[in-house]
Amino acid sequence: MAVAATRPRTRGRWGIPVGRILLLGFFLVFVLIPLYWMLNTSIKPSDDYLAVPPVWFPSEPTLIHYEAALFTYRGLDGLINSLIISLSATVLSALLGTLMAYSLARYNTGGQHLSFWVLSQRFLPPIAIVLPVFLIYRNIGIYDTHIGLILAYVVFTLPVSVWMMFAYFRQMPKSMEEAALVDGWTRWQAFWRVAVPLAAPGIVAAAVFAFIACWTEFFFALLLTSRDAFTLPTVFRAFIGFQGAQYGEAAALAIVSLGPSILLGVLAQRHLVRGLTLGAVRG
Amino acid sequence: MAELAIKGLRKRYGAYEAVRGIDLDIRDGEFTVLVGPSGCGKSTLLRTIAGLEEISEGSIEIGGEVVNDYRPRDRDVAMVFQDYALYPHMNVAKNIGFGLMARKMPKAEIEARVAAAARMLGITQLLDRLPRQLSGGQRQRVAIGRAIVRNPRVFLFDEPLSNLDAQLRDEMRGEIKRLHQEISTTMIYVTHDQIEAMTLADRIVLMRDGLIEQQGDPLELFERPATTFVAGFLGSPKMNFLSGTLARSDGGDAVRIGDVLLPLPRGRGVDGAADGQAVLLGLRPEHLTRSQGEAPMPGFHRHEARIDLLQPTGSRSYATFRLAGEAVMAELQAHDVSRPGEHISIDINMTRASLFDGASGRAI
Repeated sequence: MAVAATRPRTRGRWGIPVGRILLLGFFLVFVLIPLYWMLNTSIKPSDDYLAVPPVWFPSEPTLIHYEAALFTYRGLDGLINSLIISLSATVLSALLGTLMAYSLARYNTGGQHLSFWVLSQRFLPPIAIVLPVFLIYRNIGIYDTHIGLILAYVVFTLPVSVWMMFAYFRQMPKSMEEAALVDGWTRWQAFWRVAVPLAAPGIVAAAVFAFIACWTEFFFALLLTSRDAFTLPTVFRAFIGFQGAQYGEAAALAIVSLGPSILLGVLAQRHLVRGLTLGAVRG
Repeated sequence: MAELAIKGLRKRYGAYEAVRGIDLDIRDGEFTVLVGPSGCGKSTLLRTIAGLEEISEGSIEIGGEVVNDYRPRDRDVAMVFQDYALYPHMNVAKNIGFGLMARKMPKAEIEARVAAAARMLGITQLLDRLPRQLSGGQRQRVAIGRAIVRNPRVFLFDEPLSNLDAQLRDEMRGEIKRLHQEISTTMIYVTHDQIEAMTLADRIVLMRDGLIEQQGDPLELFERPATTFVAGFLGSPKMNFLSGTLARSDGGDAVRIGDVLLPLPRGRGVDGAADGQAVLLGLRPEHLTRSQGEAPMPGFHRHEARIDLLQPTGSRSYATFRLAGEAVMAELQAHDVSRPGEHISIDINMTRASLFDGASGRAI
């Protein structure tokens, strides 16, 4: 009896954790159903979108929605623009963010106020500044250019990048860089050869956040671009028109847009977990 | 190898002054230990020598050259840090050779020197490992290897043993001493542990509140402490301090503690001190022994004591008793006393007693 009492209550007759499996199963369905429905919609003929009863397995799968979304609606151009802009902004944000965070953490640049000011850049709702930015961009000729959107995205992602890495550098013992200085390296070399490799998990985590923010950004892309530098998210608005919604095309493009995010997530996962749980895994 | 001269060195952090005017000359090849309680400025002093802290005033010379404005890399010193500060992303061989890489040494020579240093420290089999795969003692060896491979003019150690357990600490202490005997480079070693200071040093520099309290040969500091602070800091168990008054007469000088009169040995000069002056008598526990023979030896004072507290360590027993109301600890032989409450007579070696001015705490 004593043995039975120490067992978790949710285990059934054969020691199966029933409660846990139920919970995980429910969660899995909750997460996967929408994804499945998106995939399903992207390959089913238009007539089946809203059929009753719902079509769970399209009898005649088709790729016409992909073709329409990528070429007719210029989804492919949007994808390429998105990749160029998001990757450039991410690299710049990580680079500048690392330098800035290091300076704040090691030299206490600008005292406590500068670091807080950096974060305060996020206090303003983006919509508050979009009109002036639009006018400025148009006047200096970077409206609807890659550079223009990259700049805007760097400005928007930098505060979070800086703060994530600021926390990272601050908890890193100074003594390793000091050892490098005494060992004969310059300040810059100590930063580059010792501090940066050690901060890599933090840098990667910050970069992933920046990339996701750029990749999914809609509002600035909508207002600061039109025919040339438009990004993937802005393509979606074309799918809801006066003729009704193009569910198939929307679903197809959504599937395509998941690709880079998933790839990045898989590549960065190892670093990401360490970067985010920092402080809990000292020693 | 080089001698080191520090003149009028001060280091301020805002309004707080961590080092308040230090003059120190360290001879070539000397093993100097900077010792003192935490916050006394010893680590700050060491870091200014390394160039990791800028100095506010004064000068530092290494080998006759003022290095105030030199970057750490141009001072040709090596430092072993308290937390070892190994580069976690490099294996042991790279950790040791990293400083040589900075000096653009040919790869073959780096490898040869890393191998030689590793052999010297017995870590050859660890060269491919990462720091996190090493034990504390091994990390310590790597940190020392990183310093010796560079063959610097001065070695700096910042509490290198404080993160090790007691047994390993004893072992590494011996190794550092052996290392100094082998390579006899100037070494400056910071610690708060008076045993490390006593065992390692050619010279102890005892610091307090950003100033040097006393410096000299370890035994000189131990036997002739300049102040009660030095006397209390060195030695374990601590020196007993008894406050009393000086009783001078033609028959000889003595210290009066309450109603007990402890005669000072003839020839123990107390010139300049007045009769009735308040004094502190310093007695080290090892200078109080269980009486033997009918009468005490010359210079000894016999005292009948009731043991209040007994702390046997195996080889010794620390026995506490009261002398004129003040608690005094004696370091006795293991079997001198068997239980608290026992009455024994104790001989106090007054020839080794220290005497301090009651007000200033300075030695008389």
